[in-house]
Amino acid sequence: MQQDHRLIRVLRSLASVSGILMGRRENSFLAGLWVLSLVMGVVCWIGCGHQQPAGVIEFLNVSYDPTREFYRELNETFAAKWEETTGQKVLIRMSHGGSGKQARAVIDGQEASVVTLALAYDIDAISQKAGLLPPDWQKRLPENSCPYRSTIVFLVRRGNPKAIRDWPDLIKNNIQIITPNPKTSGGARWNYLAAWGAVLKQELGDWKKLRDPAFSAQVAAAQQKARQFLKELFRRVPVLDTGARGATMTFVQRKIGDVLLAWENEALLAVKQLGPEQVEIVTPSISILAEPPVALVDAVADRLGTRQVAQAYLEFLYSPQGQQLAAKHFYRPVRPKDVAPELLAQFPKLELFTIEEVFGGWAKAQKEHFDDGGIFDQILLELQKQR
Amino acid sequence: MAASLRSNSRHHIRGHAPASDLTEPWPIRLALILGTILFLGLFLVLPLVAVFAQALAKGWEAYQSALCQPDTVSSIWLTLLTTAICVPIGTLFGLAAAWCLGKFDFPGRKLLLALLDLPLSVSPVVVGLMFVLVFGRHGWLGYWLESYGIKIIFAVPGVVLVTLFVTGPYVARELIPLMEAQGTEAEEAALVLGANGWQTFWRVTLPQVKWGLLYGIILCNARAMGEFGAVSVVSGHIRGKTNTMPLQVEILYNEYDFVGAFAVASLLAGLALITLVLKTILESKTAHQMALAQVSGPETTVAINSNGAT
Repeated sequence: MQQDHRLIRVLRSLASVSGILMGRRENSFLAGLWVLSLVMGVVCWIGCGHQQPAGVIEFLNVSYDPTREFYRELNETFAAKWEETTGQKVLIRMSHGGSGKQARAVIDGQEASVVTLALAYDIDAISQKAGLLPPDWQKRLPENSCPYRSTIVFLVRRGNPKAIRDWPDLIKNNIQIITPNPKTSGGARWNYLAAWGAVLKQELGDWKKLRDPAFSAQVAAAQQKARQFLKELFRRVPVLDTGARGATMTFVQRKIGDVLLAWENEALLAVKQLGPEQVEIVTPSISILAEPPVALVDAVADRLGTRQVAQAYLEFLYSPQGQQLAAKHFYRPVRPKDVAPELLAQFPKLELFTIEEVFGGWAKAQKEHFDDGGIFDQILLELQKQR
Repeated sequence: MAASLRSNSRHHIRGHAPASDLTEPWPIRLALILGTILFLGLFLVLPLVAVFAQALAKGWEAYQSALCQPDTVSSIWLTLLTTAICVPIGTLFGLAAAWCLGKFDFPGRKLLLALLDLPLSVSPVVVGLMFVLVFGRHGWLGYWLESYGIKIIFAVPGVVLVTLFVTGPYVARELIPLMEAQGTEAEEAALVLGANGWQTFWRVTLPQVKWGLLYGIILCNARAMGEFGAVSVVSGHIRGKTNTMPLQVEILYNEYDFVGAFAVASLLAGLALITLVLKTILESKTAHQMALAQVSGPETTVAINSNGAT
C-alpha cells in the first residue's frame, strides 16, 4: 500500500519534469536545470569515451624543462621505428618541469616508466626515497647513463650592451642576472656549480691542487672567493623561476635582466626561435660539463608491463639516429662519430670540467651546496638580511 | 507593493535636493570619469584585446589549427569533463549546504559556515599539496590505493577532486545570505497547508532562490574552468592526458608557441566574457529577489513568485 503511494509520487514528479519539458512557464527554471544536467551528462559521457584506442602500448617519460622539442621529435622517430620492427604501436607521453620538481612528482607517485632528468642526483633521490630503481642505476647504460651532454653558457641581449665576456664580468656593477632556483631546477644547479668552478680555476689554476693537502690553505681561500662570487651573483638575480624554461621566458619574453645563465641547448634554441636580432650567445672561457642522465624506473615499468619498450627507447637514444637528433636539438652527443660534422660545428670548444673532479660528485655537491641549510641557503639568508 | 514603495522614496529624494549638492563640480567629475576609463582601458580592456590580437596574429587559419592540435583538444576535453563533473556536484552540495545552514539553526552551525569558506581562503597551491599528502604514493591513503591499482594524483581523478574542492563553496556561499534573508515563514506556511518536505523544497524554497542559484553555478563554472594552481600541483603535466586548458596555455607559451597559447587563452577569455554578461544579468535578478525578501518579508516574495511575475 505504502509502496504504491511512493510509486505514484515518483510518477508524479516524473510527470512534472516532463511538464517542464512541455514548457509550463512556472517550471521553466527547472527545465533549464534539467537541460543543463543533460548537457553535462553528455559531455561526461563523450569525455570518458575520449581515450586511447586499444592495442597501443603507452608509457610516460618524465623529463626536465628544456628537452620538450628534442623528445617530441625523438618520440615520433622511435614510435615509427618500434612499429616497424615489432608491429606494435607505441605512444610516449611526456611531462616537463624543473628537474627537482619532476623527481618529487615521481617519488609522490607519478607513473613514469622512464625518467630523463637534468642531473644524476635527482634520479638518486627517486632511488633512495621511493626505491623505485636500484642505487646502481647509473651503471646500466653506457656513458654513465648520459646519452647527451651540455654545458652552461650566457645568453645576452643583441650586441652584448653590457660587454659580458666571461664569468668575472657577471658581477660588475649594475648587471641583472637571470637564473632559475637551484632548489627546483637542475639547470640552475649546473649554473651555480659552473660559476663556482670557474672561480676555483681562476684562483688555483690547476684542479690537482684540490686533492693535494699541501695546498689546503690556498684551496680554502679559493672556496671562500667562490662563495663570495656566488653571493654577488645572486645579489643581482631579480627573480628565481622554478625551471630553466621559465627563466628563459623571463629573459626573452618579459625582457628582464641583462644576462641569462642557461643550458647551451636552451640558449641555442632561444636564438633559433627568436633570431639573432634579439639575443646572442656568449661562451665563457671555462664551464661545467653537464651530464643529464636517463633511467628506466623498474618498479613502474614492471607494474605497467612497459619494461621492454622503455628499455628499447633508452637504448635508441644512443643509436646514430638518436645521437643525430640530440645534436639537431643542440645537445652535445656522447658519440660524435655518428653525427654529421656540420651539426657538431655549432658547439664551440671550451674548457669543460666535470662535477667529479671539482666537487667530488653529485651527492657531495648536493649536500654541501643545495640541501636545507647548505651554502645556497646561507647565501640567500645573508642577502635577505642585508636588504 | 514593495517595489513601488522603494521607487517612491527614491523619487522623493531626487525631487527635493538640488543637483549641485549631490555631485562634485564638473572638472572633478570629468577627471574622475576620465581616470576611471583610462584605468579600465589600460588594465582590463587592453590586455583582453591583446590576448585576442596575439591569438589571431598569424591569421584565422593558424588560430584554428592551433586549437586543433591533439594535445590542445585533449586539454579542452579535460576541462569540459572536469567542469561537467564539478558543477552538478557543486550545485547539489551547495543547495543542500545552503538549505541546511540558511534555514536551520543548530549547534555547530557557525563552525560549518567557517569550514565552508576553507577552500576559498586556502591558497590553491596548498590545496594541491594537501591532496598529494593524502593521496600521493607516500600519502595516508597512497599505499592502500596503489594496492588496488587506483590512481588519483597525477591522473584525471586528482584534477577533478581538487577542482571539486576549490569550487565547492561557490553555490552555497551565494545562497546562504539569500536564504537567511528570506527566513522560513514561507516554508512554514507551505507545511501548514499540507505540503510535504520535498514539495516544500521544490515549490517554495527552490523558486525563491533560483537566480541566486544560477549565479552561484556560473561562478562555480568559471572557477572550475579557470583553476590553475591546485590543478597544476596534482596534474603531473602529462601531455594529452592530464593538462587542463590553463595548464596548456602555460605549456604552449613556454614552447615559443604564442599563437597556440593565446588561442587557448582566448577561448578561456571568451568564456569569461560570457560569464561576465550572464553574471551581470543574474546579479540584477538576485538583487531584486534579495530586496524583495528584505523589504517585505517572505510572504510578498512567495506571492509574486507564484504569480509568475518575477
